[in-house]
Amino acid sequence: MSEILLDIRGLTTAFAAHTGAGGAVAKAVDTVSLTVRQGETLAVVGESGCGKTVLALSVLGLIPDPPGRVIHGQALYKGRDLAAMDEAELESVRGNHIAMIFQEPMTSLNPVFRVGEQIAEGYRLHKGASKAEADARAVEMLRLVGIPNPEERAGSYPFELSGGMRQRVMIAMALANDPDLLFADEPTTALDVTIQAQILDLMRELQRRRGSGILLITHDLGVVAEMAHQVAVMYAGQVVEQAPVAELFASPRHPYTQGLLASVPRLGQRRTLSPIPGMVPGIFNLPFGCRFRPRCAHAFGRCESCPPLFELGPGHSARCWLHDGAPLAEPVHCDHREADA
Amino acid sequence: MSALLELENVSRHYAVSGGLLGLRHGLVRAVDGVSLTVDAGASLGLVGESGCGKSTLARCILGLEQLEGGAIRFQGRDITDWPQTELRRQMQMVFQDPYSSLNPRMSVGAIVAEPLTIHGLGTAAERKAKTLALLRTVGLDTDMARRYPHQLSGGQRQRVAVARALALSPALVVCDEPVSALDVSIQAQVLLLLQDLRTRLGLTYLFISHDLAVVGQICDRIAVMYLGRVVELGPAETLINDPRHPYTRVLLSAVPVPDPGHKRNRENLTGELPSPLNPPSGCPFHPRCPQVMDICRHEFPQAFSTGEARLAHCWLHKPA
Repeated sequence: MSEILLDIRGLTTAFAAHTGAGGAVAKAVDTVSLTVRQGETLAVVGESGCGKTVLALSVLGLIPDPPGRVIHGQALYKGRDLAAMDEAELESVRGNHIAMIFQEPMTSLNPVFRVGEQIAEGYRLHKGASKAEADARAVEMLRLVGIPNPEERAGSYPFELSGGMRQRVMIAMALANDPDLLFADEPTTALDVTIQAQILDLMRELQRRRGSGILLITHDLGVVAEMAHQVAVMYAGQVVEQAPVAELFASPRHPYTQGLLASVPRLGQRRTLSPIPGMVPGIFNLPFGCRFRPRCAHAFGRCESCPPLFELGPGHSARCWLHDGAPLAEPVHCDHREADA
Repeated sequence: MSALLELENVSRHYAVSGGLLGLRHGLVRAVDGVSLTVDAGASLGLVGESGCGKSTLARCILGLEQLEGGAIRFQGRDITDWPQTELRRQMQMVFQDPYSSLNPRMSVGAIVAEPLTIHGLGTAAERKAKTLALLRTVGLDTDMARRYPHQLSGGQRQRVAVARALALSPALVVCDEPVSALDVSIQAQVLLLLQDLRTRLGLTYLFISHDLAVVGQICDRIAVMYLGRVVELGPAETLINDPRHPYTRVLLSAVPVPDPGHKRNRENLTGELPSPLNPPSGCPFHPRCPQVMDICRHEFPQAFSTGEARLAHCWLHKPA
């Protein structure tokens, strides 16, 4: 098997509520363990508030403290603990070996610099390129992400571009340095399908050429099926199911995964959708025991205590008592509320 | 079935001016010669990529835009001949973003009752009863009437927006990307609600979306737009399974399929998206079309029949 690029071990990130919740602390990411191998795409799937973005930010050390903090676990990049690196080390790794495509292009681009300069800056800094080389690289990247008139557009400021174009500038920035490990947080959600197809091709091409690992955060199961090798489904801060992509789609084992797959309209096959009833709980207001229990059609007595991830086969595990068997070796953190119940 | 809405050669252009002297230096043909018919009780999907003019077309239908050319008839009568308030009662809209389309300072009850209040319908007690009935219709608890939008989830807000749109018992509901901002499991809930309301209340939908799978799920007919023009029109199922216009084929092949075993058969687009300020001559798709012919560069094709109730504006389908 290929080298492990990123090893996330029992990562837990907690947030403190400023007001109203009586100083409550909530775990937005709760004991998540995942690995990304060289040349492999791991898709992290889930709905808003499931913790998938916080997971990526925690790994990169980008969680603002306060209110948030990584309270357990670690993230190793090629065996080195990212949290233990000093600022200089981190700087050489971030943006160069590890790049991230953020979800909100308007807040992630600097409004007072031209987009071409912003793409060129990282390339000059990390690759030691000359200004002319870096500028040429910026234009090339803008062309690759499908921006018309890239020479002219490189001179535009972020506010002069549409949302879709800003998103593509972010992608151009992240890919400009040919990163080994790419975090992509909903990279194509704001884009039209034909542009999305181009961007996904571009990411696959980077992976093929450089053997890069990709951690892809998305809610779009179509994108997952097309891009991922491994999939982790998150719900309310926890990984509830993990499997190789073909297996996850062919035999989803966790009721939440099954519900998600039954909720998606499919092109050219009109069918009765079966939505999951209810809604995603807020992290300050989690149900005790299994967090999916209040929405689950299969809930029974045991679900009032927190299930561990049970191993169902090679690389396939599910956090559900229906699959009671051999638990994966992982630290089991359960909610303190369980004790009160 | 009778036509509820007829569009004949509808055009909406915007003059673009700028620079020091504010000189006019271009014309954006946002909607350019669109003809469509929507039958009463039907559901027409309008698909296309950003900037193709689908939202502008919806605004034209609602009477919010001045047409450059063509005519829109609603129930057989030109929309400019309708009294404004009367037209508003017949056509309502559900917007994309339930976070910005509801007034944060009004309670849910007041939001849903507002159209009734504006149109002076019923007594206060009748309006209240109607509001509660509407909340039940969209699957919300009547307790919700006292809450404020910030206390609701995205799916609940979108239900409130639907209830408000139904308050005046409109004949036509224009839904502009109504589920795009919602999570997958919530999206399915709202789609089911919209489907159910249509059968129960005999509504007619104009459903705008960039998501072809969603449109295929909820609409009986689909119109595909590209740079202000409708390029293909047909029944949802046959159009999706057997697209005839090269652009429709490209668009459909770009949609990621939630099945890892699916063989990708993508038709990639060549060339760059033309600026709507300076659209290509002839067929607007010709610079990117994989099957371009000489005639495409000079003349926009009329609608050619491509099967039962199907049309494509494409020279490939010109009868021999």
